[in-house]
Amino acid sequence: MTTDAIFQLGLYLAVLLALAWPLGAYLSRVLQGEAWGPVRLLAPAERLIYRICGIRADEEMNWKNYAIALILFNTLGAVAVYGLQRLQGGLPLNPQNLGAVSPDSAFNTALSFATNTNWQGYGGESTMSYLTQMLALTVQNFLSAATGIAVAIALIRGFARHSFGTIGNFWADLTRCTLYVLLPLSFVLALVQVQQGSIQNLKPYQDAQTLQVTTYQQPKNDAQGNPLKDEKGNPVTEEAKTATQSIAMGPVASQEAIKMIGTNGGGFFNANSAHPYENPTPLTNFLQMLAIFLIPTALCFTFGRIVGDQRQGWAVLAAMTAIFVVMVCVALYAEQQGNPQLTQLGADQIASAVQAGGNMEGKETRFGITASALFAAITTAASCGAVNAMHDSFTPLGGLVPLALIQMGEVVFGGVGSGLYGMLIFAIMAVFISGLMIGRTPEYLGKKIEIFEMKMTALAILVTPILVLVGTAIAVMATAGKAGVANPAAHGFSEILYAFSSAANNNGSAFAGLSANTPFYNVLLGIAVWFGRFAVIVPVLAIAGSLAAKKRLAVTTGTLPTHGPLFVILLIGTVLLVGALNFIPALALGPIIEHLQMLAN
Amino acid sequence: MSNKSAIQSLLDPALLWPAVVDSLRKLAPQTQWKNPVMFVAYIGSILTTVLFVQALQGQGEAPAAFICAIAAWLWFTVIFANFAEALAEGRSKAQAASLRSTKKNVLAKKLDGTRHGDKWFPTESQNLKKGDHVLIEAGDVVPGDGEVVEGVASVDESAITGESAPVIREAGGDFSAVTGGTRVLSDWVVVRISVNPGEAFLDRMIAMVENAKRQKTPNEIALTILLVALTLVFLVVTVTLLPFSLYSVEAAKAGSPITITTLIALLVCLIPTTIGGLLSSIGVAGMSRMMQANVIATSGRAVEAAGDVDVLLLDKTGTITLGNRQAAAFIPAPGVIEQQLADAAQLASLADETPEGRSIVVLAKQKFNIRHRELHSHEATFVPFSAQTRMSGIDYDGRQIRKGAIDAIKKYVASLGGVFPEAVAKAADDVARRGSTPLLVTEGARVLGVIELKDIVKGGIKERFAELRQMGIKTVMITGDNPLTAAAIAAEAGVDDFLAEATPEAKLKLIREHQNQGKLVAMTGDGTNDAPALAQADVAVAMNTGTQAAKEAGNMVDLDSNPTKLIEIVEIGKQMLMTRGSLTTFSIANDVAKYFAIIPAAFASTYPQLNTLNVMGLNSPSSAILSAVIFNAIIIVFLIPLALKGVAYRAQAAAQLLRNNLLIYGLGGLVVPFVGIKAIDVLLGVLGLA
Repeated sequence: MTTDAIFQLGLYLAVLLALAWPLGAYLSRVLQGEAWGPVRLLAPAERLIYRICGIRADEEMNWKNYAIALILFNTLGAVAVYGLQRLQGGLPLNPQNLGAVSPDSAFNTALSFATNTNWQGYGGESTMSYLTQMLALTVQNFLSAATGIAVAIALIRGFARHSFGTIGNFWADLTRCTLYVLLPLSFVLALVQVQQGSIQNLKPYQDAQTLQVTTYQQPKNDAQGNPLKDEKGNPVTEEAKTATQSIAMGPVASQEAIKMIGTNGGGFFNANSAHPYENPTPLTNFLQMLAIFLIPTALCFTFGRIVGDQRQGWAVLAAMTAIFVVMVCVALYAEQQGNPQLTQLGADQIASAVQAGGNMEGKETRFGITASALFAAITTAASCGAVNAMHDSFTPLGGLVPLALIQMGEVVFGGVGSGLYGMLIFAIMAVFISGLMIGRTPEYLGKKIEIFEMKMTALAILVTPILVLVGTAIAVMATAGKAGVANPAAHGFSEILYAFSSAANNNGSAFAGLSANTPFYNVLLGIAVWFGRFAVIVPVLAIAGSLAAKKRLAVTTGTLPTHGPLFVILLIGTVLLVGALNFIPALALGPIIEHLQMLAN
Repeated sequence: MSNKSAIQSLLDPALLWPAVVDSLRKLAPQTQWKNPVMFVAYIGSILTTVLFVQALQGQGEAPAAFICAIAAWLWFTVIFANFAEALAEGRSKAQAASLRSTKKNVLAKKLDGTRHGDKWFPTESQNLKKGDHVLIEAGDVVPGDGEVVEGVASVDESAITGESAPVIREAGGDFSAVTGGTRVLSDWVVVRISVNPGEAFLDRMIAMVENAKRQKTPNEIALTILLVALTLVFLVVTVTLLPFSLYSVEAAKAGSPITITTLIALLVCLIPTTIGGLLSSIGVAGMSRMMQANVIATSGRAVEAAGDVDVLLLDKTGTITLGNRQAAAFIPAPGVIEQQLADAAQLASLADETPEGRSIVVLAKQKFNIRHRELHSHEATFVPFSAQTRMSGIDYDGRQIRKGAIDAIKKYVASLGGVFPEAVAKAADDVARRGSTPLLVTEGARVLGVIELKDIVKGGIKERFAELRQMGIKTVMITGDNPLTAAAIAAEAGVDDFLAEATPEAKLKLIREHQNQGKLVAMTGDGTNDAPALAQADVAVAMNTGTQAAKEAGNMVDLDSNPTKLIEIVEIGKQMLMTRGSLTTFSIANDVAKYFAIIPAAFASTYPQLNTLNVMGLNSPSSAILSAVIFNAIIIVFLIPLALKGVAYRAQAAAQLLRNNLLIYGLGGLVVPFVGIKAIDVLLGVLGLA
């Protein structure tokens, strides 16, 4: 690792902590319904929303009602996104006259944005009208993020309360998360983005004259607009020349901000945060990375505050940070090392004053190795999925890091809310086994972990690996699945594995070599996305309800302390072991063999 | 228990053989089905056997010898797990059998009425109902559980408790309960039968021992859920590996896909067979250990709850202190020399057969070598203790020596026209403040001084309490003494807290308070007035000598009636959970090494470069897979003693305990299979088997 890398990582973590600490305190107040400080300005808006929607915010729900409200609301959101995409041709704010999105792509995108995944099979600038971008996608960016935070807060309440029948009011939680947390933060970040060079307009795409004529290969379509194929099944292309370049416009900055703060990751443009309008400068790059981890980190502190023991929050955060730092270092090392086969051919891959060195394929030169590898680890550790470099082009180990971080269940910081509740589920599992090892019925934060909690924990931990493995298995067996693979051998397998890992864990980033905008992948990944989200949320809410109803046990020296280094190690061990046991065989056939083959040749 | 020693020897041939037979009998599908983890291994064994038969017919996916070896070891895995369970069950069956042998059908003397002297006629004990009255005379076996309503008798309870000294049972009070199967040695009693046939204490004990294997405790169920979840995940992991392998072969254009045999071998190695196979034997063995400690728990749940106890309520007398007070010092009145006081005290106590009286004689001999004197040669009359005078003493050579409590002596001295010295009153007060009881001695109207009767704290009890404190358990002493005395004894014994002048209501209130703070409370009790508190406590141990009401209110009965047994009970409860947790950790940690053994081997033909992961340097792919399977099977056998004996428990803080167990079973679980699999691989190579 270069000094630059160490400095950037250190600075990043320091600034992150400095910002997340006060935010954590703020969250613990506003999420508990305290109209506090400057938020009071927005309080009339909150009351107005309740009046319009007929919400009685002080009427709490039991976990089942909470779950039903949550799923109904998100289903409704998905339907709205689907409708807007299908109808965008006839709706305003469509200067490019983009037509209806295909049913399968619209289905996939609707589920993907409603679940905070933001897997994008489409290219934003060539598919979505401004109205769809704003009203469907950006709105879901807010609401899916707020949903995640609501679940986390409900689970925290479950731990904090005792002998209580309810876990909060979903509508109130959703409103407060959006109004007091996501909107103000996004507003600030959007302003900075614009100042740094992001665009924010509703203009038609601009044409620019290029200095030289570009020749390129263009797929040839038949009369119906379907791509033509030769006898071997390869697409037929024809040569085309152009001297003009169309520059996509749009309300970018506003969507960019919530894309990061809500760990959504769905880019306005196909190139996502590698596009200069989405991520114009190293400063915005740094801010975007901060924005991804900000709420997940702050929620750890919120957790500690609300359960009345800040050390508990620190312990969870320590476990997350430890895994993250190790993984990011592996990625930085692997990317900086580059490919030994290129070195053998005489390529200079050493970092110096004039070049970044290492593996620069698929990376922006303005970001270089460190900012790209760091961004890749952050966006996959959190379930964001925005990218500023193409993960597909990383070295095998460099690509293994994002993949493994996703496969750990998006609990290393994770998505807003989902990271914390996912990690707390792992904590329950860690506590269960270690509680037995000290000869006591396991308990966490004074709550006994019994049959019902274990059932739900098992369910929550089981769902995503099963979706990933079964989905990948179907794809590698089906012709339609294999058709999307562009790269030969093990890398093709890695691409499919990555796609399903990303979808089921609601990350949304991709090994872009896979052509996934086909009915096969759109439907299969859509299913993975939906169940990967809600088949986890329901058991989590069930645990929240069950914990809230329990008595709280007193802490004695006989109680397993869940704030010390030992517990942190235990939690890390549980996350790593579960992830490793689930995915080692699959990884062996993907990135691991790729790496070994690279070294062997 | 009469067969205690037989049960303790783990590998008694008398138990081994039936266990071997049982482990084969347990191969029946309906038995296997009950254990989901082992059921998967069982199905795997059947499948590989079918594959073997197929291979014999020349259509095998791998060499027949390889499939045969894998199939055989998978069967062994299942059988070893069965064996562990059968062995544990065998031990408790032996216990049940020994209990049953004491449950004889005897002829009872059923009374027509309810009084001694009423006409009786012989009735089979199994026909006795609740409320019947029976007469039991010397030499009779008590026909059923009941309460003495008339008479007093000495009873031999060794059949139940293993204790050979007879105990006294009498009507009224806390020693009125008799247990069916015990024998009256002398005198007679009339007993009112308190249970219907089949519900007797002995029946419950037998049922509990026999059912231990069938009733899963809540914690066991929770763990089973986790194990089933893991099994399910590994099932998905291995099943999806086939398409992954097919795709890889196609993409790499090399090698052949993974064989079904290898997949099954991998699956069985990955699923937690170690803990899955040993889980039920751990539960059965835990119950067995309780039995060996002579404690009968009404349910496995109670045993587990014992591990969670936060607060321990202990009666002072008999638990913390020896049952009786002992003379510790002579404090003479002004103008009296100590030896004079000792001499008088000894005389007054010579005929006093109470433990206190004897201890005064012993102390006088120790301090001043005052010997036992013949009372016959003198004009000695013993004045026994009476409720009216509340004094005892002796008239000896014309001297009238009396001893008694301060109030009684004050009154006595005043009645003789004497003056009670202030200094003595003060000395008596000091003694009380020290936690002792003052006993005053007077000769006529002249007060000689005070004998300090001290509560003797049991040897070693302080250390036990320190251990409990380390385990995070708070001890509370319950006593009827005044707060002053109680505080002094509490300090000496090292308990954390005390409840003085305890009434049944105060006890109940204390328990509720602790429970409201979220603590689990354990207590022991024997009297009927303990019953409400016992019913309220989370873990309630009734003494076998106690009343029927106490026994019914508690969820455990201590046959030895030893109140310190609670500490052992807590340890056994903890040990049971710890054994489960440790073996689960071990089992899961083992999987890492198995991956390193099997993954490179399974894909050797497609991706030879994966051999870099073969860190153990195993001989060949088939040897690697076989070694992992063999290790997976024999580790069960190696761990049977641990499952039956339980993980060693030492009183430590939770964090320290966890660190140690994580090091042993977590880290050990990671490392051991690397060594074991390599060793088996080398052995297979040497034997030329793979």
